[in-house]
Amino acid sequence: MPDGPVHVEGEVVATKRIGGYRHLTLTAPGIPERFRAGSFVALTVDGHVTRRAFWVHRVRALSALGPTLDVVLETRGSGTARLATLPVGAKVAITGPLGRPFALPKDAVSCLLVGEGYAAAPLFPLAERLRERGCSVSLVVSAPDEAHLLSALEARRSARSVTVLTADGSVGLRGTVADHAADLVARSEADVVYAAGPHDVLHAVASAAEAAGAWSQVAIESPTPCGTGLCHGCPLPVVGEDGVDRVVRACTEGPVVRGDRVRWDAL
Amino acid sequence: MSAALPGPVMVAAGCGGTGRELEPYAGPAGLVGLDLVTRSITLDPRPGGPGPRLAEVPGGLVNAVGLPNPGLGHFLATELPWLVRAGVRVHVSIAGATMGEYAELAGRLSTAPGVAGIEVNVGAPDEAGAGVLEVREPYHAASVVAAVRREFPADRPVLAKLRPDVSRIVEGARTCHEAGATAIVVGNAVPAAFADGRPGGLSGPAVAPIALRCVATVRDALPAVPTIGCGGVRDVASARAYLEAGATAVQVGTALLHDPTTVARLRASLAAHPPEETA
Ligand code: FES
Repeated sequence: MPDGPVHVEGEVVATKRIGGYRHLTLTAPGIPERFRAGSFVALTVDGHVTRRAFWVHRVRALSALGPTLDVVLETRGSGTARLATLPVGAKVAITGPLGRPFALPKDAVSCLLVGEGYAAAPLFPLAERLRERGCSVSLVVSAPDEAHLLSALEARRSARSVTVLTADGSVGLRGTVADHAADLVARSEADVVYAAGPHDVLHAVASAAEAAGAWSQVAIESPTPCGTGLCHGCPLPVVGEDGVDRVVRACTEGPVVRGDRVRWDAL
Repeated sequence: MSAALPGPVMVAAGCGGTGRELEPYAGPAGLVGLDLVTRSITLDPRPGGPGPRLAEVPGGLVNAVGLPNPGLGHFLATELPWLVRAGVRVHVSIAGATMGEYAELAGRLSTAPGVAGIEVNVGAPDEAGAGVLEVREPYHAASVVAAVRREFPADRPVLAKLRPDVSRIVEGARTCHEAGATAIVVGNAVPAAFADGRPGGLSGPAVAPIALRCVATVRDALPAVPTIGCGGVRDVASARAYLEAGATAVQVGTALLHDPTTVARLRASLAAHPPEETA
């Protein structure tokens, strides 16, 4: 199977409301086979010039319809609203997998995965890959409230330990990732910390990891009008390997980058 | 002087990434023979403007990207050789802070192996950003084109990209052509604003009728000046509209952000329109 993204016509094979989100299961010939945890897909919306990018929550290699992928969608505007109403059988143009995925450790180390809201999606396929490599996986899923918590039940199947955080305390621990990051990193004794969510969550996790001497990898969510590296519309300020400040493309050089390379104050 | 014109389908400046990102979507013919205009290259690296750089509006996009690019030296050392190896016909878009910088860019590009042509961006919707010469006035634009033309071999095209301003396009096209531009690219982003009033440029389907009007106007006033249409090209019909209005080629920009296979599809469909020679 060659590397690199493809642009294909897919089909909605299932659509389901779950809490505050909609899950779409899509066929997308060639994309599930190429997918690696942390890469994303972009969906074309009729009548809109730019595309909408989504994290991939799950990939099924085998189903009655062939390989499929699930994306989690939160309605944000007219484009996502339109995608959320796609019925089963609707055709949709899909590009992917896009971007740099999470890097996996060579050895069986201990890993902490922290996700907030729908952005926790890529951590589930990541947890599976890590477990296959013998890594011990601790998972933290957080959200403002229970309706925006992604798959807490499924999380228990994917990880050795699961912590649930809600800002309003409706389930699990009360508080935000920022409140608990230092503690969670310390308790997990993680060698590598992975995070996906809004910038403040990523920053908190990356700082806690750095303080604890762990590597961190963060999946940055930025507006990505094309998602394919063509438009330069997704500036991500980083520090290069050479120590020089740069602006790279979040969709191409990201979405996953080392937490200690992000210039958080310039985001 | 004779310079083969590119076409009939080109990738517009600023919408092809580094060129490499198009490869997965280039179709069976790959990138071989693709006329690609690079994003604008400056002598020194530029980080580009702050985000958000692009906003979707009905019928198009407002952008203020700010010419991010790695600078000429890095471009020549890494991106250009890759594109040349891939078989791309590379037209380098250039922007400079002074007339001397334009001349230097053109001079260094004239000896770089594999540069098919130059496109001079003389019609940015606004000041293209700190450190870029303001050259929208036809007289200034023509001086820049002349400086570039002096440094660049006569048998390779220099394109002048003007914004589609119906009241100025004939004057701009005439002066730039007289200054040595092989063809006039009609259709930069049109001055516009983000929702918060920040200045930007509008591109996409919304500007197609404006650019088309400009192409037709230039054809009528200056039939000997070759034009290349750019603005809202997204399918065969929108491309043919320009060709039938007298353009020798079209550039595809914003549509690539919607569907990265657009250029491959148009190249296959429009292969019947071969590039022309100008005397
Ligand atoms: S979204 Fe277009 S380059 Fe990243």
